[in-house]
Amino acid sequence: MSTTQSSAAEEEGGRASSPVAPASGGPGVRVASPAASGSPGSRESAAARVRKRLSTTTASLVAIVIAALWTLPTAGLFISSFRPEQEIKTTGWWTMFTDPQLTLDNYREVLFSANQGQLASYFVNSFVITVPSTVFVVVLAALAAYALAWVNFPGRDWVFLGVFALQIVPLQMSLVPLLRFFSQGVTIGDVQVLPAWDLPGAFAFTNVWVAHTIFGLPLGIFLLHNFISQLPHSLFEAARVDGAGHGVLFRRVVLPLIVPALVSLAIFQFLWVWNDLLVALIFAGGDVSTAPLTVRLAELAGTRGNEWQRLTAGAFVSMVVPLIVFFALQRYFVRGLLAGSVKG
Amino acid sequence: MPKFPNPRTTIAATLSLVLLTGGCAYLSGGGGSAGADPDSPECEPYAQWQDIGGSVSIYASIRDEEAERLRRSWQKFIDCTGIDIQYEGSGEFEAQVQVKVDGGNAPDIAFFPQPGLLERFAASGDLVAAPESVQQLAEEGWSQDWLDYATIDGTLYATPLGANFKSFVWYSPTFFADNGYEVPQTWDELIELSDTIADDGVKPWCAGLESGDATGWPATDWIENVILRENGPEVYDQWVNHEIPFNDAKIAAAFDRADEILRNPDYVNGGFGNVQSIAITSFQEAGLPILDGECGMYLMGSFYAAQWPEGTEVSETGDVYAFNLPPINPEQGTPVMGGGEFVGAFSDRPEVVAVREYLATAEYANNRAAEGAWFSAHQGLDLEILEVPTDRLGAEILRDPDTVFRFDGSDLMPAEVGAGTFWRGMVNWINGEDTDATLDYIENSWSS
Repeated sequence: MSTTQSSAAEEEGGRASSPVAPASGGPGVRVASPAASGSPGSRESAAARVRKRLSTTTASLVAIVIAALWTLPTAGLFISSFRPEQEIKTTGWWTMFTDPQLTLDNYREVLFSANQGQLASYFVNSFVITVPSTVFVVVLAALAAYALAWVNFPGRDWVFLGVFALQIVPLQMSLVPLLRFFSQGVTIGDVQVLPAWDLPGAFAFTNVWVAHTIFGLPLGIFLLHNFISQLPHSLFEAARVDGAGHGVLFRRVVLPLIVPALVSLAIFQFLWVWNDLLVALIFAGGDVSTAPLTVRLAELAGTRGNEWQRLTAGAFVSMVVPLIVFFALQRYFVRGLLAGSVKG
Repeated sequence: MPKFPNPRTTIAATLSLVLLTGGCAYLSGGGGSAGADPDSPECEPYAQWQDIGGSVSIYASIRDEEAERLRRSWQKFIDCTGIDIQYEGSGEFEAQVQVKVDGGNAPDIAFFPQPGLLERFAASGDLVAAPESVQQLAEEGWSQDWLDYATIDGTLYATPLGANFKSFVWYSPTFFADNGYEVPQTWDELIELSDTIADDGVKPWCAGLESGDATGWPATDWIENVILRENGPEVYDQWVNHEIPFNDAKIAAAFDRADEILRNPDYVNGGFGNVQSIAITSFQEAGLPILDGECGMYLMGSFYAAQWPEGTEVSETGDVYAFNLPPINPEQGTPVMGGGEFVGAFSDRPEVVAVREYLATAEYANNRAAEGAWFSAHQGLDLEILEVPTDRLGAEILRDPDTVFRFDGSDLMPAEVGAGTFWRGMVNWINGEDTDATLDYIENSWSS
């Protein structure tokens, strides 16, 4: 997975490294691009130099070699996933080319087999966990970033500093307190301030959603804030003159301009939640009703690892969705990567 | 540049809604067991637990197919008593159970694969001691050797569940018969046999230490078995409890004895290569050359029975079978080493007690054994139910009243040693590190 990401990003990155911010092409906005506020001359040439160097034949060759080396293990895994169990366990994937034996048994076993793989059921859980977690983070982060960038209220800078600082706290530190918050509520002294979240059945997902949202927000707010705060002042003044309040400003002016940033944040968050094991293990539990794909994948090999051939197919089943998401939104991803990173 | 993607947001919102409702519908569809008639004769053994009801959560490291077997093994209990059992298995059990307990989200019951972990939770006061009824069942079911591992400061906290036997030497009866080899009865015979096999051009032993994060543990089994057989259970206990140092002369002697086999280029590594190949061969694969006649013997726990490819006949005259590693010191007999899980509880609700009682009965042991690939040291276990002959052999030895049993030492040592430096030390040792240096390295890592 990471293979495709990094190599594709590298490639695109080369092309997109010109400092013209992606937002400049916003739909029908009559403003000069934010790039105008920087010092285009010197940057342009520096970037152009880098770009030139990156597009020589040697550089391309090196990139291709790196990409091939990087992809090789994944390709081997992919080939392995179609080989019969006995073959996987006794020979390397390259024997495939001299002695081709193909089977879909691994996929059938991990996806549908009644009490072994069942990845199909966990697949649904993964969606139920990932989609809301992504939506919550994107929506809340956009609102918060707007407020932090364009709403004047006392202590604004401190709040932003706090959010920025929170990124440094490793989430492992907050697992136990957060779990306690869910399972026991909050008590100060002997007074129960907040009750325990006793969520039955499908509502058990709420814990995971909240946890993922909490862990995803600091980076989301930071990223979007940097993006939104660079929108030109004149735009907001013009809109205000026309009588727009914050609600209208956000909806009609800001949102259309930050689509690339939103989408890239969504991809980030989606991939992170989809691939997450730790948070899911602790907040979702391990049974078939709430556990996502990653939890199931981690135990797929059996207590003593004797069924590890299943991991080949299992890995690709779990990889399909991130790949689709990535390829579908690839162009935003690259634009969004630069969001907030290149000033002006 | 697309317009502000109204369609896209709509799609995203709809999609999440659809998935959510779909998910809920799918969830509510599951579960809901039929339930059996509580008065029917097949429910008779469960009569004493029938008026309790409720739900019990169990957390353990047993997962995948073995977890399914566990679920099936108590299905009848659920149907007859109406007590629901929510099982959850995770490979991250050791770390996660601590997080769950700290987070106030402890499971009702946990199966501890290491007595050391059990002891930690008992010491912190999180575990609930075994009630009178469970204690009684435990005493009927298991030998004192087993119960000692679940007894902390004189209080019994848990009952044993499954067991595995770690003194097995796997071999191929057909390969032995074809070449006129016989199963050795003493250590000297074992070395003699190894020499004979080596002279015939086959490497007599194979071994593999690779096991992901736990790489190195298979070699600790070698050392533990040798120490136990050479010096007896008392010295073994002292060693495990660090009452004698890790670099004691007795331990060094045991390493030297293992050295004769594990680091002898004439003896290893059947089917894989030289001595160094041991470190990079996975323990799951290490024994397989036995089937091809490329390796004579493989020391590995009883659970290795599941690793043989489908169609392999495991029996006394078949493709593979196992013998108990022979005694070294006649005075010490043949003490055996093994492992197992212990059923500890974090709650004392009546339904939790009921499940604890049930798991301690011979009835349960037989139900679980009937699902296959499992045995326990329970005295009441019906050996006829055990399908795999090596399981039968293991269970027979374990529950023999004369058998001296000791738990896998690395599971009893502090985690930084037993699941850390001991493993790493063994890997370095296989790769050629000096025995004394290895012993000093492990000793220095043991803080108290």
